[in-house]
Amino acid sequence: MDQAASAETRGKTAHELVSSPDFKLLVSTRLKVSSVLLVLLFVFYYGYILLVAVDKPLVSRRIGEVTTLAIPLGVAAIVVAWLLTAIYVFWANRSYDPEVERLKGQMHR
Amino acid sequence: MTPAAETTLQTTLGTPQLSSIFFFFLIVAVTLVITYWAARRTRTTSEFYAAGRSVSALQNGFALAGDYMSAASFLGISGMVALKGYDGMIYATGWLVGWPALMFLIAEPLRNLGKFTFADVVAFRLRQKPVRIAAAVGGILTVLFYTIAQMVGSGSLIKLMFGINYELAEIIVGTVMLAYVLFGGMLATTWVQIIKAVLLLIGVTILTFLVLVKFGFDPGNLYAAVVARHGQAALEPGAIVQSPIEAVSLGLALMFGLLGLPHILMRFYTVPDAKAARKSVLYATGLIGYFYVIIPIVGFGASVLVGRDFVSKMDAGGNMAAPLLGEMLGGTAFLGFIAAVAFATILAVVAGLTLAGASAFSHDIYVNVIKGGRATEEQQVKVAKMATVVFGILAVALGIAFKGQNVAFMVGLAFAIAASANFPALLLSIVWKRFTTQGAVWSILVGAVTSLTLIVLSRTVWVEIFHFKEALFPMKNPAIFSMALAFAVGILVSLATPEKEAQEKFEEEKLRTYLGVGAE
Repeated sequence: MDQAASAETRGKTAHELVSSPDFKLLVSTRLKVSSVLLVLLFVFYYGYILLVAVDKPLVSRRIGEVTTLAIPLGVAAIVVAWLLTAIYVFWANRSYDPEVERLKGQMHR
Repeated sequence: MTPAAETTLQTTLGTPQLSSIFFFFLIVAVTLVITYWAARRTRTTSEFYAAGRSVSALQNGFALAGDYMSAASFLGISGMVALKGYDGMIYATGWLVGWPALMFLIAEPLRNLGKFTFADVVAFRLRQKPVRIAAAVGGILTVLFYTIAQMVGSGSLIKLMFGINYELAEIIVGTVMLAYVLFGGMLATTWVQIIKAVLLLIGVTILTFLVLVKFGFDPGNLYAAVVARHGQAALEPGAIVQSPIEAVSLGLALMFGLLGLPHILMRFYTVPDAKAARKSVLYATGLIGYFYVIIPIVGFGASVLVGRDFVSKMDAGGNMAAPLLGEMLGGTAFLGFIAAVAFATILAVVAGLTLAGASAFSHDIYVNVIKGGRATEEQQVKVAKMATVVFGILAVALGIAFKGQNVAFMVGLAFAIAASANFPALLLSIVWKRFTTQGAVWSILVGAVTSLTLIVLSRTVWVEIFHFKEALFPMKNPAIFSMALAFAVGILVSLATPEKEAQEKFEEEKLRTYLGVGAE
């Protein structure tokens, strides 16, 4: 049974798989997703840190009776970091994993 | 503060209380029972180092949180917020933002490529011996500095909270921790870390709740009370962030240091596959993020309800803010619980560090360098356990040797070395086809030496410890230079020393990085 199946559709060798357009697309998509998320993380976190370092009057502005803008900004930096992590996991579970399974199925055994 | 208020403030902190001793023994008893259970499942190397890869994503998420949230984040950040106000929050954000970066860059490839240590990944397609030695040096330096900071901190904390002698405290921590690691390996360590994370989160949640009760569940009322007592400056960023370049350098060290901490990276080998590794990062980030969002409330609460004078009288660094607040709002029994939680926190982190230090020596140096990768399972476990004992004794000895020294900078040093020595080589080995053995070795060594030297020449060590007049390096954190230099050296040396074999093996590595084909 195994032999018959592999004789019919001899799977790809490791080299063929790595050089296939599908695999290259998988790699470049993952790179795109993770770099976009990393850039967003940099923008939010270093944006926050630099704002605190450069423009103290702005972050010291009161948004409530005494509450300063700096407080919600600090909380937001943490929440955004978690959300970016969650977006990555959501993407990977939904679209990366199934593609990995599909490509693994094409491999020569 | 009115004189009347001052006379009513009293604490049982520093004298052994029935409640703290009860909680302490309860935690030790429960964790030792778990160790007994784990010991029967810890025979092979994969079981000793990686809990047989049997840890679920949720369990690993809790264990990562337990491995990472040290006494410095619990007692240190709440104390900093209590004494300095908003500045403590800047640190809190910095301690979290490494986790998403860890996810995007390292977590899954690490799980797919490695076996027990991060050096497995760096050495995947390079020449084993030189790379293993360099990576072990980077790893052991990181772990060692982190351990010294933990041990010295724990000795003083336990002395402050339980009133026992510093040296005895070191020996207790060392002995209990060794029992976990030696007999129960990674499985026991994992469960100690899970229990600690749960206890810590429960403790801090209760503290936050008790503070908010006092202020009608409106943080605005709490902030108003903070301002009434300490002025508007308490809610504004202060002296911590001096210049933009300093701010970014600190941020880089905190963010990418996480990606080079051996005891954190090692945890990814305990889950069955890359998918579980990924999910565990999300759980850990959620738990740690929640912790850092609520811990400033504890700090602000202490600054109003306990008062800055009393907090700094107990400990100049503010470390006793959370325990004092706990006693004030929840009585001696709750203080006992918080003290025991702080103790469990130390044990869990030091156990993780010991396992990481022992694996760098036994797996990287002994098995792959001395034995050329040909050691029997029996020999490997034996050497791993010997290395554990040596590392445990070393930790206690260093803790006692550095008694009374200012070691706060050592955590910063550990993060700077991790970000500059371990992280660049790890990342380049995963993503760059033309990375070579020489490139890896020089990147690690230059990163380690630069960050170490610059920190010694900075104000924290050169002026405050060696008492020289002026610092030779003007910044507190060198990561922006040392990390950039390590990348530059790694790339330039690789380009100058092409390695055909390493390039040929990149195909196999890619298959494993992205598809998990052949992953252990």
